[in-house]
Amino acid sequence: MAGIEVTALHKRYPDGTVAVDHVDLSIGDGELFVMLGPSGCGKTTTLRAIAGLERQTTGDIRIGNTLVNDLPPAERDIAMVFQFYALYPHLRTRDNLAFPLRAEGLPKAEVRERVDEAARLMRLGPLLDRRPRRLSGGEQQRVALARALVRRPRAFLMDEPLTNLDAELRADMRTEIKHLQGELGTTMVYVTHDQVEAMSLGHRIAILNKGRVEQIGTPLEVYDRPASLFCAAFIGSPPMNLIEVEVADGKLRSQSGLVLTPPPGLPRDRCLVAGVRPEALEVTEPGAERSVPARVVSAEWLGDEIIYVVDHGGQRDVRVRMPSTVRFAADAPVGLRHSGGPPPVYDVSTEELVA
Amino acid sequence: MAVSVDEAVSTGPVRDHTPSARRFGGRGRFVLEVALLTVLAVVMLFPVLWMIETSIKENRDVYAIPAKFFDFKVTMDHFKDVFVASGGGRSTLSVSFLNSVVVAGVSTALATVLGVPAAWAYSRFAVKAKKDQLFFILSTRFMPPVVVVIPIFLMYRQVGLIDTQLGLILIYTAFNVPFTIWMMKGFVDEVPAEYEDAAMLDGYTRLQAFWRFTLPLLLPGIAATAVFALIFSWNEFVFATFLTSSDNVRTAPPAIAGLIGGTTVDWGLVAAASVVFALPVLVFAYLVRKHLVAGVTLGAVRR
Ligand SMILES: Nc1ncnc2c1ncn2[C@@H]1O[C@H](COP(=O)(O)OP(=O)(O)OP(=O)(O)O)[C@@H](O)[C@H]1O
Ligand SMILES: [Mg+2]
Repeated sequence: MAGIEVTALHKRYPDGTVAVDHVDLSIGDGELFVMLGPSGCGKTTTLRAIAGLERQTTGDIRIGNTLVNDLPPAERDIAMVFQFYALYPHLRTRDNLAFPLRAEGLPKAEVRERVDEAARLMRLGPLLDRRPRRLSGGEQQRVALARALVRRPRAFLMDEPLTNLDAELRADMRTEIKHLQGELGTTMVYVTHDQVEAMSLGHRIAILNKGRVEQIGTPLEVYDRPASLFCAAFIGSPPMNLIEVEVADGKLRSQSGLVLTPPPGLPRDRCLVAGVRPEALEVTEPGAERSVPARVVSAEWLGDEIIYVVDHGGQRDVRVRMPSTVRFAADAPVGLRHSGGPPPVYDVSTEELVA
Repeated sequence: MAVSVDEAVSTGPVRDHTPSARRFGGRGRFVLEVALLTVLAVVMLFPVLWMIETSIKENRDVYAIPAKFFDFKVTMDHFKDVFVASGGGRSTLSVSFLNSVVVAGVSTALATVLGVPAAWAYSRFAVKAKKDQLFFILSTRFMPPVVVVIPIFLMYRQVGLIDTQLGLILIYTAFNVPFTIWMMKGFVDEVPAEYEDAAMLDGYTRLQAFWRFTLPLLLPGIAATAVFALIFSWNEFVFATFLTSSDNVRTAPPAIAGLIGGTTVDWGLVAAASVVFALPVLVFAYLVRKHLVAGVTLGAVRR
């Protein structure tokens, strides 16, 4: 087992595409580290560089304090699970699992023992004699995971391993992976573009955008204080409301007059945007205390909650998350007020967190 | 071919658009289709049938006028003549068949051994100016053999490859490698690179990964490609005629052609030799027919 250090990683493909611009990661031993980002931001490329399947243009990769830049994938002692499971189609499950072990030249008895152990962990007993073609997507996924486990590698790399599964199975597998990782205590780097997956799995999350790291933090940190406007707009469903604000006599006020709790250390004389979570706003009866007049544009009823889209005279409509017991008709005049703590505030020109 | 017949037919009879007429039109169309296909089949197959008939007729019957279709005496003498010389021992024709087997077999094997790894490399790696290289490789096939045969003749004369099996093998290999690369690249593209990635993480080198995981998945494609190459080398006539002359080097196509042109032509022998010559190709094509179609319709399959 080992931690992974990625320093100033830069990858430019021969056709000139810069897939990874500058990435620094410091992944602890035994950590479940999630890389999250939109399509094309360089997640897969970073992962493949760590695995040794792609040679970085510049930058260093260390696994457990060993510089592995020049090591071929086989010598990095890492297992990877692909989005497309890459089970060998001509081999039965049993042999698919045994393959990496035979490559190491382990004695037969030990191979058998390890295969059985992995099969037990992933509950593959009845599937051991089938070929991949006769396995369902979820089963193939479990076999792929088992094949990663069986080698007892120093780290697991997972590239969107659940993307091809349906929602329910995905939730199950998520729990299973998390549990397994906790049990084995093996470092895992998990790539996804699904923020729910990232939030529920990760000890820490790195948010990538255009080949750069925007933020690294625990799921809570990332949710509460996105480090940049990109993160603010990326995390959460619906994402934060970005409201243009100005500082006036110690208060944070939007154009519509909505007053927000000010965070300490606000800079002056700058164009600022506050990131307000939909659950930190409240739709009230018109004229309620501290509220500004507003109008309901539309309402999305999600069962246990309602997302109201509200026009409060600001530049953009805001989204408000309310319990489903509180009902307002569309087009009804209402009040809008801020009910949470101090929101993160961003500088419009640098797009970075300032307070 | 079925498609073109279909299209030719569909514009024909369906002119009246009342439902009953259309129903009749459907029937009429079917009849017409069968009729046209029958005509086509007769036109295509008659020469083959005639060749087979001639190969088993006695010489008297071959020249009979009016021609005898059914009531002739069957003889296997011509086939015997193909393999056995008149005074006993091996015939020159049998030697040329053996030459054909050697030349076609070795050149196909060489083209496969060279072309498959090349196709893999072109499919998997970032090669500089890959498209241009591939186009260049293909372009060597643009020219018909007749155009290049004279320069090659002169070159071969310089290096002493005229009238040798090695010379034929080399030229056939050169012609088959581009074809193999192009066709195999399609098959390699179809095999996800992740298999090799996974294998490399599992502890294999790149070459081992190719050898142990990708290659087995490519076998059907290799078989199809090799059969195409084999058929090309087996049937090739122009180079064989120009570059070889002696009986113990010549391949079957020029040897069979050489039977025609004396004062008398032994048509029975020509026909029998042709049947023997056509047989391996038919058998091979039949064995890999599924893969041949896969090879031709490549890209249309999956994804
Ligand atoms: N082999 C390659 N050659 C050239 N460009 C590539 C290659 N592989 C990826 N790219 C480009 O590099 C960028 C990053 O690709 P990458 O696969 O790392 O993205 P990703 O974050 O994994 O996206 P996704 O979520 O869609 O999988 C993309 O713009 C992509 O087009
Ligand atoms: Mg990816």
